[in-house]
Amino acid sequence: MGNNKTITLTINGKELTHDVEPRLLLVHFLRENLDLTGTHIGCDTTSCGACTVLMDGKAVKSCTMFAVQATGKNITTIEGLSEGEGLHPVQEGFWEKHGLQCGFCTPGMIMSSVALLNENSNPTEKEIRHGLAGNLCRCTGYHNIVLAVQHAAEKMAN
Amino acid sequence: MITAPFDYHSPKSVTEAVALLEQYGSNAKILAGGQSLIPLMKLRLAEPEILVDLADIPSMSYIREKDSGLAIGGMTTYKEIESSGILPKALSEAAGLVADPQVRNRGTIGGSLAHSDPAADLPAPVIALGGQIIATSKDGDRTIPSEDFFTDLFSTALTDEELITEVFIPKPSSETGTAYCKFGNKASHYAVAGVAASLTVDKSGTCIGARIGVTGTGPSAYRAIKSETILVGTKLDQDSIQEAGASILENTPVNEDVHASSEYRAHLTKVYAVKALVLASSRAK
Repeated sequence: MGNNKTITLTINGKELTHDVEPRLLLVHFLRENLDLTGTHIGCDTTSCGACTVLMDGKAVKSCTMFAVQATGKNITTIEGLSEGEGLHPVQEGFWEKHGLQCGFCTPGMIMSSVALLNENSNPTEKEIRHGLAGNLCRCTGYHNIVLAVQHAAEKMAN
Repeated sequence: MITAPFDYHSPKSVTEAVALLEQYGSNAKILAGGQSLIPLMKLRLAEPEILVDLADIPSMSYIREKDSGLAIGGMTTYKEIESSGILPKALSEAAGLVADPQVRNRGTIGGSLAHSDPAADLPAPVIALGGQIIATSKDGDRTIPSEDFFTDLFSTALTDEELITEVFIPKPSSETGTAYCKFGNKASHYAVAGVAASLTVDKSGTCIGARIGVTGTGPSAYRAIKSETILVGTKLDQDSIQEAGASILENTPVNEDVHASSEYRAHLTKVYAVKALVLASSRAK
């Protein structure tokens, strides 16, 4: 039981082929097989959103998917967000507005914020909070996270 | 957390999928969006030997008009249901209140109904809208009325050889108003109590049809027939809505857990029944 499967998928713009055990979670594949440790494991029970990545542009929890389910998909992690040395506007927003304290939830927060802004380029505060409902910050930093997303929305509009 | 090992199959058609179910029986589980099954497998509360992933079957995700209603493919996500613009409000509202955006991007209507979590949202509106579940096995399709589908805690009328290929929602008339209201757990957003209502009125404002689905409250979602009977023939005034709300529990044993005592949950169910009925009736006129 548990025979390996060959998967081909695109991670941060690069096509990869790997042999994986079916039970390998996408988050473990990213962190342990590919060394992309920016994607965090928080609660490991589909609640906290620290493991959020984009799959074909949509936010998903990589702790609640098997790597085999990502076959043929296009995955973006926090490492693939910016081009070159610069920051993505959402990363810049979190920097400028101090949208973090300990930083553990930040990669997931940023990926959810990017997905939100892709769908709704000018969200209200309520829409931002609703859009980030799947990401928990335990340093009680939501206020500045909202400001960070608003900063990014303005930056991306210009 | 790591699940127990399993063999993974990704059939390319429903025919292939039901052949696998026929072959492996209760050792196989269907993997739809995985937002309930994978957490259970990680906790080793579920250890299926075979997973049959439906994601590669191209024809299972759709919302389309069909006969006198709307047909929803079993693999249609909450997100697609939330944003379709053509489904009755009770269903789209409920889908938009499921968990969070990431879960709504993956979780599916077929998965939700087949799992029959006592706190799942979608069973309530599917019951209130008179939905029919199309279960497919190697012997063909079978139509199961939604009020007979949820049989107990995590239990449904599906056999081990069947999967949900479609959910059919009869089209409400233009005089019908529908709504879903829930008290959600603050962390998970699971329904502590949730009520969906579909109310139809005639030109004089008299209620000529009522269907109510309740989730979160009992071992599985149920239809509140007593409350429906109270409403039909009334003007949906405050007194009749209060009376219907007070009768919402039927004879259901009320759940008790760390989130709510049975007494508190019973109270919430009545409060949210009234909220859903008021909102549905305001949309029925």
